[in-house]
Formats: sequence, structure tokens, C-alpha cells
Amino acid sequence: MTAPGLSLRGDLWLDKAPLLRELALEMPAARWSCLLGPSGVGKSTIGRLIAGLPGPQRLDGTLQSSDRAALAGRVAFLAQDGQLLPWADLVHNVTIGTRLRGERPDKARARELLAEVGLEGLESRRPASLSGGQRQRVVLARTLIEDSPIVVLDEPFSALDAATRVAMQDLAARILRGRTVVLITHEPLEAVRLADRAWLLGPEGAEAMSLPEAEAPRDYRAPGTLDAQSRLLARLHGMATECT
Amino acid sequence: MKTSVLRGLLALAFALSVWQAAVWASGVPPFILPGPARVAESLWSNAGLLAEHARFTAANLLIGLAAGVALGGATALNLALSPGARLLLRPMLIFAQAVPVFALAPIITLWLGYGAPSKIVVVMLVIYFPVTSAFFDGLMRLPPPLADMAQLMRATPLRRLLLLQLPSALPSLASGLRLAIIYAPFAVVIGEWVGSSRGLGYLMLMANGRGQTDLMFAALITLAAQSLALFALLEFAVKERRAPGRHALPASRMRREAGNPADASESDHLRP
Repeated sequence: MTAPGLSLRGDLWLDKAPLLRELALEMPAARWSCLLGPSGVGKSTIGRLIAGLPGPQRLDGTLQSSDRAALAGRVAFLAQDGQLLPWADLVHNVTIGTRLRGERPDKARARELLAEVGLEGLESRRPASLSGGQRQRVVLARTLIEDSPIVVLDEPFSALDAATRVAMQDLAARILRGRTVVLITHEPLEAVRLADRAWLLGPEGAEAMSLPEAEAPRDYRAPGTLDAQSRLLARLHGMATECT
Repeated sequence: MKTSVLRGLLALAFALSVWQAAVWASGVPPFILPGPARVAESLWSNAGLLAEHARFTAANLLIGLAAGVALGGATALNLALSPGARLLLRPMLIFAQAVPVFALAPIITLWLGYGAPSKIVVVMLVIYFPVTSAFFDGLMRLPPPLADMAQLMRATPLRRLLLLQLPSALPSLASGLRLAIIYAPFAVVIGEWVGSSRGLGYLMLMANGRGQTDLMFAALITLAAQSLALFALLEFAVKERRAPGRHALPASRMRREAGNPADASESDHLRP
């Protein structure tokens, strides 16, 4: 698995209305690219576009991988919640992809990956008996077993409490190393901690943001992180006041 | 559980006393409205006769139910899997739903005779549509996150149906079955009224004709007991499936959790 970079250029339309104009997003291979912006600006639409999921979105431009191969079948998509099978245990949930394609499920590997995301001993539980953070760990394990080189994270941790969220960010950063990750979030700290490259999405389009020098995942206590976070928050605050 | 049984018995005792009081107060003769005591006596003294006819009715009811559910389930699965089948069969299904199937009982009796097959077919036809449409609706309402997942994982249509759509549609199937169990006794009695020499429906008609109103009520109560037993059986089966940690959750719950992140974070603790 070599993760390709992504290049997204052009105008994004939602039905017949322009959503984001003149996008020029160059997302480097095997790195975290972050799209930060207020709700309703079109972040999730970009995520669905990259994943090739159905919706009213249309790109008037190009979406390409750096290796020029098609994206279909190489993208995993992680959203907030609701993507686990409530009737199935965790091993079954992790191996659902192989079952859906009619391949032989590798249960041993599933147990291995569940242990890697910190869910050892819970393999025969059902999602309803897990916490929100644990459920997202299951989804991470499932993404790993699918071995998709490109991973779209659509506000994956926004339903979690602050401490769980930080722990999940660290886990995701460790576990998705080597993959091209597109992180969609409305949370400045999340963007500052995890991104190698980041854009602020607003009504005027996408604007590249400067990030601290340190390697991701960045320490949330470091002055550079806190400084970048407060600057971003101020920008988002400004947008929110403009809109209301 | 115990209190609900007690409450049920209390309600029953109340209904029976109202019934008896109405008979005493109005002074109607027993061949118009027999009191509960008289009906109970008839139930007791005609137990053998009732059991024989009840067996015939119950057999037709169960076979018709099983066949109707099987056929309805198979139709729904086929419709969900094949857009071509949807195109061809759905208008027909919608039209057929507008036809009061009960009204077809005479012609079905003409075709299939007075025996069991005509009753079975009436039951089957009557429950076929509610089961098909409830189950089909459930199959087509896969929660969007799971539909996305199926697409990204390149699921084959058949496996998507069996591994994702079918389990999420089970609560809808249960609502269809509930309707089926309500309709089926109607259907079997109408089948017997149109033409039969056996069954509780036939017995009711005959007892009515001979002025044996107490026997008519006894047959009616036997029929109601059959329906209630069926209903209780279904409720038990559905409850078993829902037991936490053991079986499936209803899809409605899953949709709620998918749609409302606040719910998810509130439940952000380990449940025993």
C-alpha cells in the first residue's frame, strides 16, 4: 500500500448553487490534510466527493490522485457515528467488508486490530454496549483491516468528550500513519494538533493556514499549538458574526 | 409481569360482570344474548366439538400464515434486489392492495372447493400484501451511514441485501407480521363462511342458524383465544430478539443514534 496524494481543483456545486469556488487543494501523500470551517460551509460535501459517495454535489474541475489511478475502492470514510452494525459483535463488525465482498473474513486479524486500538477482551460485545469513543475505535480497526490508502475522517470525534477526543486523536495519528488522511472538522484544536496541511473553508473559498513547526500530533499544551488554535478560533468567530 | 397478569384478570372480571349485568338488567332471552356463565357452560359441554373445529381452523390459519409470510418475504427480498422487478411488480402490488381480498373469497371457493385449500389461499392472499409492503419498506430504508459503508466496501448487491438490509428491516417485518396476525383470523372465518363444512367459522354460522347462541359465543371465544396465542407468540419472539446484549436492536434506535450525536455522547459510558 502506497498512499497517493490528492489534488482537488475547481468549483464545487450543490445542486445548482455554487458552494465553494476556485478550490485548489493539494493534499500531500501519506500526510494529514485538514479542512476546517464552520458548519454548512461544504466541508462534508468535499469529504463525500473524495470518497465518491452519492449526494447532490458536483465538481466542475478535477479530482486526481498523484498516481493517476482511480480513487474508487481505495478510500475509507469515517463519520461521527452510526456506521456499526448494532446486531453484530465487534469481530463481525470489523470483518464486514470482506463478508460484503464475498471474501473469507480474517477473524484472527480482526482480533489483532481490535487489540491494537485498545479493545482487547471486548471482541464479542455489541456496539450498543460500548462508549462513543470505543465505537470509533471499532471503526478505526475496520478501516485498518480494509487497508485503504486514503482515509476521509468526517468530524470523527466531535461526539466525544474532550479527554476522549484527545486520546482518540493520538490513536488515530498513530494508527493511520502512512496513509493519506483528509480530516474534516469544525474544531480548531483538532486541526492544529493533527494537520500537516490545513485550509480554512469560508464563504470566500479555501485559505491555506499556517501551522506550528512541530510534528503532528502536536502537544495541546505547547504555546505554538495554543497560539495557532486561538488565531483559528478568532477567524471562525469572525465568520460566525458575519453570518449572523 | 405478575402485576400485568393481575391487571388483565381484573379487567376480564370487570368485562364479564358488565356482560352478566347487562343480561340481567335487560332481561333478553338467552338465544339473543347468553350470559357469560351460560357461554362457559357451553364451552365446557361442547369442548370436544369445539376442539375438532378449532383444529381445522388453526391448521388453515397457520399454514396460510406461513405460506403468506414466506411468499411476502420472498417478494419483498426480490423487489429490494432487482430494480427490474420493482418496475414490473410494484404497480401491480399497489393496485392489488386496493382490491378488498375478502371479496375474492367466493371466487376462490368456487375455484378451490369447500375444503382446506380455499381457506389457506384466502389467508395467504389477505396477509401477503401487508407483509410484503412492510418488509419491503424496511429493506429500502437502510440507514445512510450503512449504505455509504456498503458502497465504499464494494458490497455485492446480494450480500448488501442479506448482511445489511435484511437485519435492519427485521423491525419492519415484525410490524408486518403483527398486521398479518390481526388479519389472518378474519380471513379464515370469511373463507369458512363462504363455504365449508368444518371450522370455527362454520360452527358459528351453524350455531347461529339453530339459535344456539351460547355455542356461537363459545366458538367466537375459542377463535379469539387462538388469535391471542398467536399474538403472544410473536411478541415473545420479537422481545427475545431485542434482549440487550444478546440479539438485535431495532433499527429505529440505530437511526436515532446516527442522527443525533448528543444521544451518543450521553451514553458515553460502559453499560453493564
